[in-house]
Amino acid sequence: MLIIKNLHASVNGKEIIKGLDLQVKAGEVHAIMGPNGSGKSTLSAVLVGNPAFEVTEGEIIFEGKNLLEMPAEERSCAGIFLSFQYPVEIPGVSMVNFMRTAVNEHRKYKGEEPLSAGDFLKLMREKQAIVELDKNLINRSVNEGFSGGEKKRNEIFQMAMLEPKLAILDETDSGLDIDALRIVAQGVNCLKRPENATIVITHYQRLLDYIKPNIVHVLYNGRIIRTAGPELAMELEEKGYDWLKSEG
Amino acid sequence: MKQYIDFFNSCRKEIDEGCSPLLNSCREKAFETFRRVGFPAYKSENYQHIDIAGLLKEDFGFYLNRSSININPHRVFHCDVPNLNSHKHFAVNGHFVDDETQKDLPATVFSGSLNAFAEQYPVLFSKYYNRIASAKDDGLSAFNTAFVQDGYVLYVPENVVIEKTIQLTNISAGNINSLINRRMLFILESGSQAKLLVCDHAYDENPMTANTQVVEIFAGENAGFDFCELEESSPNTVRLTGNFVRQAASSQVRINSITLSNGTTRNNYTIDLAGEHAESYLYGMAIADSRQKIDNYTLINHLVPNCRCNELFKYILDDEAAGVFSGRIIVAKDAQKTEAYQSNRNLLGSRDCRMFSKPQLEIYADDVKCSHGMTTGQLDENTLFYICSRGIPKEEAVLLLKFAFTNDVIQGIRMEGLRDRLKLLIEKRFRGELVTCRGCGRVEN
Repeated sequence: MLIIKNLHASVNGKEIIKGLDLQVKAGEVHAIMGPNGSGKSTLSAVLVGNPAFEVTEGEIIFEGKNLLEMPAEERSCAGIFLSFQYPVEIPGVSMVNFMRTAVNEHRKYKGEEPLSAGDFLKLMREKQAIVELDKNLINRSVNEGFSGGEKKRNEIFQMAMLEPKLAILDETDSGLDIDALRIVAQGVNCLKRPENATIVITHYQRLLDYIKPNIVHVLYNGRIIRTAGPELAMELEEKGYDWLKSEG
Repeated sequence: MKQYIDFFNSCRKEIDEGCSPLLNSCREKAFETFRRVGFPAYKSENYQHIDIAGLLKEDFGFYLNRSSININPHRVFHCDVPNLNSHKHFAVNGHFVDDETQKDLPATVFSGSLNAFAEQYPVLFSKYYNRIASAKDDGLSAFNTAFVQDGYVLYVPENVVIEKTIQLTNISAGNINSLINRRMLFILESGSQAKLLVCDHAYDENPMTANTQVVEIFAGENAGFDFCELEESSPNTVRLTGNFVRQAASSQVRINSITLSNGTTRNNYTIDLAGEHAESYLYGMAIADSRQKIDNYTLINHLVPNCRCNELFKYILDDEAAGVFSGRIIVAKDAQKTEAYQSNRNLLGSRDCRMFSKPQLEIYADDVKCSHGMTTGQLDENTLFYICSRGIPKEEAVLLLKFAFTNDVIQGIRMEGLRDRLKLLIEKRFRGELVTCRGCGRVEN
């Protein structure tokens, strides 16, 4: 589904990703772990096409298409979704309006008619139940005045609405208490399909207790320095990253 | 300026013709004021960015001969603001069009032409007409008073509450360049309430039209008045308005000033909070692109203790448009417990548009709550990216954010049907579609 080859990316002229290779197949859950500043969030930003990040070398192929040639909105419509580490507050734009516009853009991309108001509201209700998102939040402006946990839940709600093929969760666990973490993880698991894939970016093992990865990568200094099965996450939790750094 | 002085001296008979003697009796003094102070000087403190005399330099023909109007607005104009159940009035080139609307209003209310008001209520006319406007020694108001031939008056007697919104549509019509003087007088006696929407339409884009407009609002004790003015005019329109408000104790006046499309606009708002516990809300929004220019000047005088004002102006500029906001709040020495808030927020969409903002607070009392602030900037890139990352193209994302920016001003309007209608008009405006309301504006003669 996703092939990243020799990716180099920089922000403000500083190279952060330095030759990264990664392959994700349908049905897989990948965890990307690593110490602060290793390039985890940069990788997610590059994947969704944040214009602040510049790809200087390498390629990203998503379902046979050159992802780097697609603007952010097209990547979304093609099926890539990022759950932001820091979701943005948008005063004055209601969740309903925001999601209706997004969902209908996705439908347009697929050559489908826009959803009727009734069908759309039905879809909203259905999906908000998955992440137990308070229905009052749906009627408010996007993320405005939401707590940290509500913002993260709202990310997963948007994911449920847009049904991506590849979901990238960037530190979705940060700032969540245990209950919120469980609900968010349940939401993610509930949306899991054999034809979809997930990349979970996290510092901690904790989230991986709920969202079980098939493959765990360690990202350090802009490159993947180790790839192994789920047991690697346990090992990292125990030993930290230092023992791997010499290998990087 | 000279052509106007000559015109006044040589054509006094034509100016007076058809007007109430009371109205005519105010001209001489106003003319003297105008001759003395002239148009406000370009680059003077309050006119840094607009050259009034320059705008009126061209020899605009005065619009005097009212018999040439051959429009029945009720027939050709159909306001399609849905759910806005209103009493509808029209003024063509400043002249009130007599109609039957008055019949739907309570019998004691006067809602009609300035000349008719002067005839029917001479005492009230003399008590209120040109009272605040003349006191300010303002050249533009004096000019208007010297030349104005008709206008609109709303008089709501004590404790009368008019539930339904009253709507006055100003129409500029004609095939030649013209200067039109418009006048409005609103008298709300104590305990009375009314809501008024004024739509300012120009429907012929070819000739140059200059409008001067003087509005005087008297709000008695406990009176409530909502005044919403919506400008949808053309690039060839010059609009110069002076709005003067005097509020008695515990009165509430809410002014919404919306500029959707225009040429060059200058709006002056002078509000005197003259009775304790009076409240004033002034919300403005201006959308301008191409080479449009919008200049709003506001002066709020807190003359007595315990009053409150809240002022918010938002500008959305693009292309080579220019926006000016000059807001001044003066809290007098003894006006303790004043609450005064002023805010100006501006969104710039291009490199060439310009915004000039001058928020000012002058506080001479020592126990007050006041704030003022101004921001001018572009849309936030992170927010834009967040929206795009959900599959929404950048142009749509920009639109969503610009629209969101207008939200709090729209929410400040207390005429329900109008709020929804405005949302639609603003969206169309941002999409570059035809701006005028369907029904209003583009009508064949």
